Amino acid sequence: MIKIITVYGFMLLSALGRTLLLALLGLFFACIIGLVFGIMGVLKNRICNIISQIFVDVIRGVPMIVLAFFVYFGVPYLFNTIIGGFNVNLSALQAGTICLALNCGAYMAEIVRAGIQSVDIGQMEAARSLGLTYGMAMRKVVLPQAIRTMIPTFINQFIITLKDTSILSVIGFPELVNTAKNVQANTFMSFQTWAIVGVMYLIVITILSRSAKLLERRLSVGR
Amino acid sequence: MLVDKNEIKIKVENLKKCYGSLEVLSDISTEVYKGEVVCVIGPSGSGKSTFLRCLNKLEKATAGTIIIDGEDITLKQTNINKVREKIGMVFQHFNLFNNLNILDNLTLAPVQLKKCSKDEAVGRARRMLNKVGLADKEASYPSQLSGGQKQRVAIARALCMEPDIMLFDEPTSALDPEMVGEVLQVMKDMAADGMTMVIVTHEMGFAREVADRVIFMDGGYIVEEGTPQEVLLNPKEERTIDFLNKVL
Repeated sequence: MIKIITVYGFMLLSALGRTLLLALLGLFFACIIGLVFGIMGVLKNRICNIISQIFVDVIRGVPMIVLAFFVYFGVPYLFNTIIGGFNVNLSALQAGTICLALNCGAYMAEIVRAGIQSVDIGQMEAARSLGLTYGMAMRKVVLPQAIRTMIPTFINQFIITLKDTSILSVIGFPELVNTAKNVQANTFMSFQTWAIVGVMYLIVITILSRSAKLLERRLSVGR
Repeated sequence: MLVDKNEIKIKVENLKKCYGSLEVLSDISTEVYKGEVVCVIGPSGSGKSTFLRCLNKLEKATAGTIIIDGEDITLKQTNINKVREKIGMVFQHFNLFNNLNILDNLTLAPVQLKKCSKDEAVGRARRMLNKVGLADKEASYPSQLSGGQKQRVAIARALCMEPDIMLFDEPTSALDPEMVGEVLQVMKDMAADGMTMVIVTHEMGFAREVADRVIFMDGGYIVEEGTPQEVLLNPKEERTIDFLNKVL
């Protein structure tokens, strides 16, 4: 155990850094995707509703590992070989970010949609009755309240996404699990290696959920 | 007393509203003059709230025309947001913006719609809060107020847009009995100031005292309308008599 920490500690820590980088990138784009598709899901426009629903259904219906292979191997193959004439090459980080963004984005879209729908319709009506446009009412009145109720589920989704980065070890991104596999192969100390990796995830996620609790409490002031 | 019969503020012609196959408003025609206070009464399900909500297009009319200050809001090309700026609305459940404090509730719309500068909006908001007797509550959040206070803030919020017309959808129905008076008093003051008001209400005493005209609705029609004297004290229609017997 000591040997792993002294010899491979830095390697594992930098792998954890890459895990966090991947998770943050994925989450950043997932938030945008989630907001866009979530709002499309509540607009009074059939076509937007249907597009949003199809996106969510498709992404939720495909395991992330399949999505990862599809984005990393399938999409370049489609452009470069099947269609031909392109030279699409995704790095593991790019493909991983896309996968996480799509996967987490679909769940976020559902969270956003449910969050918006949980805000009393009277809030929107009151805002509109004053002459505010739909967009203004959404931005200034409905979304701030919706986001407040979404925060606990958001945090939950963040944690799931952080853990899902480990799936992306299959496309060779050197995140924590992938790196740990190498450590284990070099040292044969599987118990120690995986125990250390488990504790690393545990620490990060505990810090994340604790600070989320704090944030939640601060935001609920004046409610 | 303050009614100006030369200026029609709201003109409704053959208004009809259906939800699918359910006909809520069958054929409503009426006019509201400048400065007039109209109380709409009737049993629940009679369509009175729907009628009121059609007047600022929170509900879209199925057929008929609604003309507010010369503008037909049933037309697609009419900018409903501009018309709504002139029509304040007060709801049964207050609908104060829970994410904003009282002052921000009052200044949000004037500032967003660039009716005036932030400073002017704040000044006006404070005057309005003063008017409804809640000057000390500007930093509070809606959840910290009583029902009666919330409703008075809601009225002040609508007044900050300096509307020509005020619509009230059962403004006292969700209040504890001891808080009804304070809200009605604010409404009486507004009526005395010459505001054009359409009020859906169950407060018969208020209607008798303040209304210039009372409309009795039932089953999607206006069954009877006239002065409070006529409708409330000497009703002619059977259904009006029936209803009044039940509520008085």
